[in-house]
Amino acid sequence: MQRTPDTGLSRRDLLAAGAVTVAATTAGSSARAEGAAEIAPANEVVVALQTQMQISFTINGTVKELNVDTRTTLLDALREHLHLTGTKKGCDHGQCGACTVMVDGVRINSCLTLAVMHEGDSITTIEGLGQPGELHPMQAAFVSRDGYQCGYCTPGQICSAVAVLNEIEAGVPSHVTGDLTAAPEASVDELRERMSGNICRCGAYSNIIDAISDVSRSPA
Amino acid sequence: MKFDSAATTNPIDRLKVIGQPLDRIDGPLKTTGKAPYAYERHDIVADPAYGHVIGATIAKGRITAMDLSAAERAPGVLAVVTARNAGVLKKGNYNTAHLLGGPDIQHYHQAVALVVAESFEQARAAAHLVRIDYKAEPGRFDLHAAKGSATAPEPSDLTGPIDTHVGDFPRAFAQAAVRLDETYTTPDQSHAMMEPHATLASWEGDSLTVWTSNQMVAWSTGELATTLGIPPEKVRLISPYIGGGFGSKLFLRADVVLAALGARAAGRPVKVALQRPLIANNTTHRPATIQRVRLGAERDGTITAIGHESWSGDLEGGGPETAVGQTRLLYAGANRMTSMRLAVLDLPEGNAMRAPGEAPGLMALEIAMDEMAEKLGIDPVEFRIRNDTQVDPEHPERPFSARPFVQCLRLGAERFGWDRRNARPGQIRDGRWLIGLGMAAGFRNNLLAKSGARVRLDNLGVVTVETDMTDIGTGSYTIIAQTAAEMMGVPMEQVRVVLGDSSFPVSAGSGGQWGAASSTAGVYAACVKLREEVARKLSLNSADAEFVDGEVRVGNRSIRLQAAAAEGDLVAEDRMEYGDITEKMQQSTFAGHFVEVAVDSATGESRIRRMLAVCAAGRILNPKSARSQVIGAMTMGAGAALMEELAVDTRRGFFVNHDLVGYEVPVHADIPHQEVVFLDETDPMSTPLKAKGVGELGICGVGAAVANAIYNATGVRVRDYPITLDKHLDRLPDVA
Repeated sequence: MQRTPDTGLSRRDLLAAGAVTVAATTAGSSARAEGAAEIAPANEVVVALQTQMQISFTINGTVKELNVDTRTTLLDALREHLHLTGTKKGCDHGQCGACTVMVDGVRINSCLTLAVMHEGDSITTIEGLGQPGELHPMQAAFVSRDGYQCGYCTPGQICSAVAVLNEIEAGVPSHVTGDLTAAPEASVDELRERMSGNICRCGAYSNIIDAISDVSRSPA
Repeated sequence: MKFDSAATTNPIDRLKVIGQPLDRIDGPLKTTGKAPYAYERHDIVADPAYGHVIGATIAKGRITAMDLSAAERAPGVLAVVTARNAGVLKKGNYNTAHLLGGPDIQHYHQAVALVVAESFEQARAAAHLVRIDYKAEPGRFDLHAAKGSATAPEPSDLTGPIDTHVGDFPRAFAQAAVRLDETYTTPDQSHAMMEPHATLASWEGDSLTVWTSNQMVAWSTGELATTLGIPPEKVRLISPYIGGGFGSKLFLRADVVLAALGARAAGRPVKVALQRPLIANNTTHRPATIQRVRLGAERDGTITAIGHESWSGDLEGGGPETAVGQTRLLYAGANRMTSMRLAVLDLPEGNAMRAPGEAPGLMALEIAMDEMAEKLGIDPVEFRIRNDTQVDPEHPERPFSARPFVQCLRLGAERFGWDRRNARPGQIRDGRWLIGLGMAAGFRNNLLAKSGARVRLDNLGVVTVETDMTDIGTGSYTIIAQTAAEMMGVPMEQVRVVLGDSSFPVSAGSGGQWGAASSTAGVYAACVKLREEVARKLSLNSADAEFVDGEVRVGNRSIRLQAAAAEGDLVAEDRMEYGDITEKMQQSTFAGHFVEVAVDSATGESRIRRMLAVCAAGRILNPKSARSQVIGAMTMGAGAALMEELAVDTRRGFFVNHDLVGYEVPVHADIPHQEVVFLDETDPMSTPLKAKGVGELGICGVGAAVANAIYNATGVRVRDYPITLDKHLDRLPDVA
């Protein structure tokens, strides 16, 4: 296997590592590797170690500038860079919903999207909904209905629940919506279907649906 | 304080705070994302390095070569920890396999390296550069194939006796008028808690602090010291918030050891979370079982012979799944036997998952009871009631401390509308759905463990409780605060509870549904001592003093509680220990589970429509959080009945579906509104609070209730869990 001269890493290692960008140059010319700061000498394989990118987005109403690794997920940008650890990492594979946040009002799994894809976006996390002593109605309903136990899926459940009621309000149908031409209602079947991307292993589902129903029934 | 006789009237019985369905005191933190879990301690360590775990890709064999050079040169990498460079590591008493493998590999995804780098992305990328060559050896991965080689395991406190015999079971069974002899299987299951095992480790000289996610602080502090070969007093373990455990976090796991080793190698704090795809094979699981149940009865339904045998597997040195335990106590019957056999398997390590023993054991026994009731032509509720016992059937001189089992069943039947069940299966239709009702008994012993606490009163009248007890979603924070508030006569707002720190008094910890009753008893003991201190400080006779509304009252005298702390905090520490009270009487908890299912007559898909549990578990300290414990356990029981199964690759020896997509757990759409009723009961033989555990009772029997409901809907008996549609689709009744 071909070895790159300056690192001793094989080309396959470099690709596997994903941390670098490799560009082979031809004699007599020079090339600039993507994202690399230096012009590489001729006849050498360029190993560019620069993987950082500047990004600006709005988190819970405040503009944040960040220099992040291009591989950093939105989830890790929130948790590890902005220290907004209310958004949880349960699986890092889009399987559990613990990382649910709202991007421009729409809920997404923040582990399945890179931070650099959100330039200019407006993101709402659990911290943007309410604080102890100043709870969002959905947070208050989760407390009064005991819609949580260990608390780890809870921020994702609450963000999802807030977005679900908005989706229903906006007329977005779901798999269980019987009549696609009528406005969907916040029935327990609709709520259960729409919330099913948020796993709660403690099994607080029955209480979570009660909490969401309380909020959906209360006058806006 | 020693608890060795029945509790009498005490301040808890005022029930001003205890017994009230209060919101959890940790609710505002958890619902706003402010409760700090182990991986999130930016408040304590500003700039930790990140560890990424590499798991073995063989089940059994050896590492023949390991090339770290590329990884070590990769950007940001600070250290790569392997068994070769980690120094001597011992194995803790509670671990069956080593937490850092190599060169020998004991199970698939056993940790073999930790790559530590400046960032998470760098550590993950560099981990892919580690080259490992293995020499795989043949292993034993199939419980059914290994069943014949299973032997009687060594008995321990956890297993109880391996073989039990009362009367003459073989003869009574042979002579019984009606007999049942069936075999049932339960699969390997994964805890699948939402928060991965995670640890932040920091060394200061030779002292180690770990912020981790662990149910048993004292156990794991000791095990970490043992594993690293350092004195226990050099280890501090902090675990205030735990994102679910269910038994998976009872013990020291690889995240803790690797974070500690990584931090030592990198010379700075390191945090490690097990990647989700590693968890099923790297950590523990509930072992699969094969269970044979034999019942013999008179025609009137009286059980004359009851036998239960269980086979399970584990790594060499591991233990059995104690699936026969409840059968020794749940029903009467003069002739009885149980036995457990253990096969050596080279699968990942088996261990406790919510209600170990009873959860899979009742999944078998309670189908058998349903089958036997049908053979006898007796209603399943009545059949169970007919075989109730108020004494330990193996030791009739030993009564149950309280056993309102029949009340649970009768009330459940009434509340659920059991009389509407058609005893002939496959008869009820709702459009394309086949409808069935099923029930099962729930049973789990009340275990108690020594538990301590420290209580502090300050000059503002604030009572602070410190104990190494954990709250894994169970409500410990809240019921401990309720206990202190009741004992000291202060409102909940005046109580602070600090948990999960090994520098605090050792508690029972969270496991085996012993946490609530044991830990609150420890807080009770400390509060009794603090009350004596307060009375002494105020020159009152403590026996006469009443603590109420923030005051201490004796006769007409009334003094503000905080006056006792005017010159400085008053601190009291004590623990609750137990005499032979649990040996003289059997302490258990009871439930009746009732389920309605609908089975799609075309596809065979089962949907749960209704669930009810009627529970008897002594005094319920907080009906709101206790109810949540039960509905959560019912949900896990529904998963066990319908979907949960770690699929074993019997050639390569690993659980194939090792993530949250492959290993299916119930989601919102699977679970209906759930009803829970607690009997109004106290058990003065348990603790001064007269409470018993409830966190595992809720799962015990649920799986069988679902299975029996499906049978009632379809007329097809499935004895191999989970009851997925492929197991009955070809035998469903014809759709008219």
